[in-house]
Amino acid sequence: MRESPSTETITFFLNGERVDIADMPPTTTLLEWLRARGLTGAKEGCAEGDCGACTVAVRRPDGAGLATRAVNACIMALPMAHGADIVTIEGIAADGAPHPIQREMADRHASQCGFCTPGIVMALWSREAGAPADRQAVEDRLAGNLCRCTGYGPILEAAEASAAAADALGDPVADAARADALAAIPPLDYRADDRRFLAPDTEAAFADALADAPDATILSGATDFGLWITKRLFDPPMILSTARLDALKTIEREGDQLVVGAALPLAAFAAAVLAPWPQLGEMMRRFGGMQVRNAGTVGGNIANGSPIGDLPPALIAAGATLELGHRDGPRRLPLEEYFIAYGQQDRQPGEYVRRVLIPLAGLDRLSCHKVSKRFDSDITAILGCFALTLEVGVVAEARLAFGGMAGTPKRALATEAALVGKIYDRESVASAASALAEDFQPMSDQRASAAYRLAVAKNLLMRDVVERTAPETVTRLAGRAAERIGA
Amino acid sequence: MEDYLPPAEAGRLRPDPAPATPHPAHGETHRPHKHDSGDKHVSGRAIYADDIAEPAALVHVYIAYARFAKGRLAADLDKVAAAPGVIKVLTGDDVRGENDVGPVKHDEIMLALEGGIAAVAYHGQPLFAVVAETRRSARLAAECAVIEAVEETPVITIEDAIAAGDAVDAPYRMARGDAAAAIAAAPHRLAGRIEIGGQEHFSLEGQIAIATPGEDDDMHVVSSTQHPSETQEVVARVLGVPAHAVTVEARRLGGGFGGKETQGNLMAAIAALAARATGRPAKVRPDRDDDFIITGKRHDFRIDYEVGFDAAGHLLGVSFIQHARCGWSLDLSRAICDRAMFHADNAYAIPALDVVSHRWRTNTCSNTAFRGFGGPQGMVGIERVIEHVAHTLGLDPLAVRRANLYRASMPASVRTTHYHMEVEDAVIDEIVDDLVRTSDYEARRAAIAEWNTASPIIKRGIALTPVKFGISFTTTFLNQAGALVHVYKDGSVMINHGGIEMGQGVYIKVAQVAADAFGLPLERVKITATRTDKVPNTSATAASSGADMNAMATLDACATIRARLAAFAAERAGVAAEDVVFAGGWVDAGATRTDFDALVHEAYLARIGLSATGFYATPRIHWDRESASGRPFYYFAYGAAVSEAAIDTLTGESRILRADILHDVGRSLNPAVDLGQIEGGFVQGMGWLTTEELWWDRTGRLATHAPSTYKIPTAADRPRDMRIAIWPKGVNRELTVRRSKAVGEPPLMLAISAHQAIGAAIAAASGGFAHLDAPATPERILDALSGAR
Repeated sequence: MRESPSTETITFFLNGERVDIADMPPTTTLLEWLRARGLTGAKEGCAEGDCGACTVAVRRPDGAGLATRAVNACIMALPMAHGADIVTIEGIAADGAPHPIQREMADRHASQCGFCTPGIVMALWSREAGAPADRQAVEDRLAGNLCRCTGYGPILEAAEASAAAADALGDPVADAARADALAAIPPLDYRADDRRFLAPDTEAAFADALADAPDATILSGATDFGLWITKRLFDPPMILSTARLDALKTIEREGDQLVVGAALPLAAFAAAVLAPWPQLGEMMRRFGGMQVRNAGTVGGNIANGSPIGDLPPALIAAGATLELGHRDGPRRLPLEEYFIAYGQQDRQPGEYVRRVLIPLAGLDRLSCHKVSKRFDSDITAILGCFALTLEVGVVAEARLAFGGMAGTPKRALATEAALVGKIYDRESVASAASALAEDFQPMSDQRASAAYRLAVAKNLLMRDVVERTAPETVTRLAGRAAERIGA
Repeated sequence: MEDYLPPAEAGRLRPDPAPATPHPAHGETHRPHKHDSGDKHVSGRAIYADDIAEPAALVHVYIAYARFAKGRLAADLDKVAAAPGVIKVLTGDDVRGENDVGPVKHDEIMLALEGGIAAVAYHGQPLFAVVAETRRSARLAAECAVIEAVEETPVITIEDAIAAGDAVDAPYRMARGDAAAAIAAAPHRLAGRIEIGGQEHFSLEGQIAIATPGEDDDMHVVSSTQHPSETQEVVARVLGVPAHAVTVEARRLGGGFGGKETQGNLMAAIAALAARATGRPAKVRPDRDDDFIITGKRHDFRIDYEVGFDAAGHLLGVSFIQHARCGWSLDLSRAICDRAMFHADNAYAIPALDVVSHRWRTNTCSNTAFRGFGGPQGMVGIERVIEHVAHTLGLDPLAVRRANLYRASMPASVRTTHYHMEVEDAVIDEIVDDLVRTSDYEARRAAIAEWNTASPIIKRGIALTPVKFGISFTTTFLNQAGALVHVYKDGSVMINHGGIEMGQGVYIKVAQVAADAFGLPLERVKITATRTDKVPNTSATAASSGADMNAMATLDACATIRARLAAFAAERAGVAAEDVVFAGGWVDAGATRTDFDALVHEAYLARIGLSATGFYATPRIHWDRESASGRPFYYFAYGAAVSEAAIDTLTGESRILRADILHDVGRSLNPAVDLGQIEGGFVQGMGWLTTEELWWDRTGRLATHAPSTYKIPTAADRPRDMRIAIWPKGVNRELTVRRSKAVGEPPLMLAISAHQAIGAAIAAASGGFAHLDAPATPERILDALSGAR
C-alpha cells in the first residue's frame, strides 16, 4: 500500500467546523479539550469510560459515506480525533429545532438531574437510520450510559418513540463533501512538548516505527490507555496508533478459518459473529458498553494481557492462533501461549498483535458463559468458554478456557483430560470438575471469592451439559435466551 | 394554612374516588409539567458547577489523602511545593479558623496534616491540598510527597468494631411493651441475622466547589451541596469569618441522594481556603475514584433479631439489635441510626417491640445520608423477620404481612409505634389490597410455583412488601424553611427558597404552587438559584421535605404579597378583600376585572411593597429523645410493590422481571415528577439490594471505587415489565401543601420486594428459608442456595 505524506497538525471537523490543533499535549482527552472550548454539554462522570456522560459521536468515512459511532470522549486522546467528524450535543439541533430524541426525552420526563442526559441523547442519536430500536436494541445501545435518577423507563420509551421520526430525518448533519474532505486528511505524525503521536496509514510504516522505537506505547482504541491517562496521569514519549491501519480492520473467512485483523473494532467483530455464532455474539453483546465496543479493538483486548479480558478465553477455546507482526516478518503461536503470566506476554521488541486466526470448527463448537455482578457493561468475575467435540455423546476433544480464574486467560488442561473419553453428562462433568482445583487457584477480590469462582467454574460446565443435552431447559437470565423465562 | 388551599381542595379530607388526574380548574398544581430544566438537559445547555466558564486566574486544588487506614504519618512536602505549576501547598497549619468540617460534632479534621504529622483514621483521610495552575499539575505534584507511615491494625468491619468496642455515639433504645417477655411467652420463636451492605451515591455529577474571594473577608462559593446554609457555616468556620461574609450558591446539582448533604462541605471549605490563600478563584473537583474513596456512603448494618409469634403469623414480640458501621467520625450517624430504629416496625403494629442501636466507629469513610437515611436498613430488618416467620409457618409472607399491618380500624392504642406515636393516617392495608388485585398477585404466585416445577435451573419468586415512611426531620428544629418572592413591576414573579434542585423537581413543584397563588400561568414565575444571601438559615434539602417545606414557605411569601394586592384591588373596587379572586392571569374584585400585570403596575405606583419573605415551620411535631417518645413525624408516606425475580441456581445471577407499584403521594403536586421519583427510587433501591457491592479489603482499602467496579443498575436491569401507579385514593389528611405527600425517599424502599422476590426464588430452589444478605450478588445468592452464610 502506498504510504502517504503525513501531517503534524491534528485536523478534524467539530459540529461542521474544521479544527486544526498543533499545541496540545497528545494525552489531552477529547473531553477536556471540548469542555475547555466551552462545549460543556458532554460531562465528565467517571473519566474511565464507564458512565457515558461524555458520549459524543465520531463519524468517519466508510466508503459509502460517514459511519457514525458513539464513543466516550473522556478516554479518547485528542489526536485520535484526527480525520474524524465529531458531533457533540451542541451540534445536533438543526436550526434550533430539537432532534426527535431530544423532543421525546423532554416531553416524556426522561431527565431528572440531567447530568447524564446529553450523553444519553448522543448514544441514541448515533443510531444509524433504520437500525433496530426495539427494547433489547435500546437497552444494548444504552448499556454504557448510567442514569442514577430516572430508573430508565422514560428514556427507553423516548428512544423507541423517537425512532421512526429520527429515521425519517435521516442524517440531519449530512454533508456530502465531508467524507471526501476527511478522506483527504493525511495521516498524523504529531509532536508537542517532546511527545509524539504517530498514526501511520500503512502497516509497513507502523512496523518500521515500532521496530525503531520498540518502547512506544501502542494505542488501539484507548479504552484502557484512556484510564492510564486520566487515572495514572500517564504521559508516554511516543504513542503509536493503529487507528489508520485499515488493512488490519478486516474480518474474513479464509478457508477453514476466520481471520480477524487486530485493529478491528469490537463492535464490528460483535456484529460479524452474532448470526453464525450466537453464543459468542451474546458474550460480545455484554462486552463493555456500546461506546467501549466502538472504540476498543480485538487486538487491544488480546495484547493488553488482562486476565479478565473477555475475548481471549473464547478464542483460546476455539483454538485460535495469534499472529504477531514485525518489520522482519510475522510470527504465529497458539493464542494461549501468548499469555505467559500476569502482566507478562510473549511479545518481543518491535512486535505487535497483527491478526488472529480462528478455526471455524472451533467457533461452531463454542459455548460462552460470562458471569459478572451486573449483566451489562461489567467486568467478568468468571468467564467459561468451552469447545467440545462430541462423538456419539462421548467427548473426543475438549478445550475449556476460563477468564478470571488465574493471572492469565487459561485452559483447564487437567479437567479437559479428565473429560476426554467420557460420556458428556452431569456425572462425568461432576467427576471431571474436581480437576478444576488442579487447574486453578483463583484469587478472592471485589468481583468474587476464590470459592465462588471454583464453584461456578464447575457449574458452568454443568450448564453447558444441560444446554447441549437438554436444550429445552431454560438456563439463561440475560439476552435473547432470557425471553423464555416466564413464557 | 387552610387559606393556602384553593376552595375546591379545602374540604377534601377523605380519599377522592376519582384518579388523581389533574384538572385545569386547579391551575398549574397537580399537573404533569415537565421539569423546568428538561429542555436544557436534553440540549446540553443546563449549566452545572463545572460548566461555569472558568475565570482566567482560576487555580485548581487537589486533595491528597492517606493511603492506609489507621496510624500516624509524617510528611515532607518540600518536593510537592517545588513541583511544576504548584502555587501553594495547604495543610491544617494554614487554617486561620477551625481545621474541622464536621456537620454536627466538630470531630472531622479537614486537613489532617498539622505540624508535619497526621493521625490517620481511614484510607482516604484528607491530609493536605495542592494548589496549582492546572488540575493535572496539582495531582502530579501530590505524588511527590515523602510520607513516612506507622500503620496500625485498622477496625474495618462491624465485627471488628464490636470487638474493639469503639462507638461514635452512645447506644440508643426505643421500646414499647416488654418484648423479651412477649417473645418468651409466644407459641413460636425464631432468631436470626441479616447483613446489609452500604451504597455509594454515584450521582453522575461528583463533588465540586468553586470559591471566589471578594473584598474584605467575602467569599462566594458555588457548591454542589444539598445544604448551602451548612456549607456556608463550615466555610465561615474554616476561614474564621462571620457567616455574613460567605455566600453559597447552587443552581442545580447533577444528583444528590444524600451524598451532598454534608460531604460537599470538605470540598467547599478547601476551595475557600485555597482562594483565601492565593487571592484567586479556586476549584476543587476530585476525580471520581478519589471522590469514592474520600466521601461517605450509606451505612452498612448488621441486624440481629428475635421474634415471638403465633400460628397465624401475628408478631407478638420482636427485638432488634441494629449494628451500624458509621466510619471514622460522627457526621449524621446519630440521626441516621435513629431513623433506622424509627422504621424497625415498617408498616406493622407490633405490641412489643424493642430496638437497640449501636453506632460503631471504624477506620473507613464516614458514612452519611443516603435516600432513606437509615430507614431502608431498619425496614429490611422487619421484612426479613416476616419472611423468616412465614417460611417457618409455611405461609405466604403476604399473609403474615397482612396479619400485622397497621389498620385504621385498630384502636389507637394498638395503632401505635414503638416510639409511642399514634399512626393516625394508616392506609397501607388499603394500598396492599388494591395492589394485590391490580398486580394479580395470587394467580401469578400460583403460576410461578407451577413454572418452577418444570424449570430445574432457573427459578422464579414473587414478593409484595409495603412501605410506611415517616416524613419530617426527626431533629425537630430542622423542620423550618424560608422563601423570598419578588413581584416585579411588569407582573413577572421571581421566587427563591432554600430548596436545592438536584433532579427531584422541587423547583418546578414550588413554581407551580406559586403560580397558582397569584392565579398566573407557570411561565410568569421565574425560579432562581438557591443562595444563602437570599434565604438564610435553611435546612438541607433532605428527608424528602424539599417541596413540603419550601412550597409552604413560598406560599407564605406569596400570600403576603397577594394580600397587599387584594387589599389594593378591593379598595379600588369597593369590595371586601376576601372577595378578590386571582385566577387565569386576572384579578377580579367584585365586577372589576384587572389584568394581573396592570394591577401590579398600579400597585407599584401606589407605593405598595411587592416583595416578601415567607417562612414555614412544620406543625404538630415533637420528639423527646430522653424518653424515646413523641410525634417526630408530621405524617407517613405509604406505598407497596410486588416484584418478580428469576435466579440462576448454577451461578447465582438474578434478574427482576416485573415490578408493580402502587404509591401514595397524597394529591400529587406534579404526577410526572412523582412517577419519576417512584420509578427512579425503586431502581436505585434495587441496585442497593442486588448489584451494588462495596468491597473493602482487610487493610481498609476500598476496592470498588469507580463505576468499573461498583455496579449501579443499567437500562437492562430495569424490570422489562414495570407498572407504576400513583395511588388514586391518596390524599394527605394533614394540611400539607395542596394535600400532597413527600416522595423523594419512600419509593426507594419499595425495592425491598425485589430482594424478597429473590429470596422466594431461592426458597423455591432449596425448599427452605433463604439466609440471603444484601446486596444479593450472584455470590450471595449461590451461598444462600447452598445454605452457607
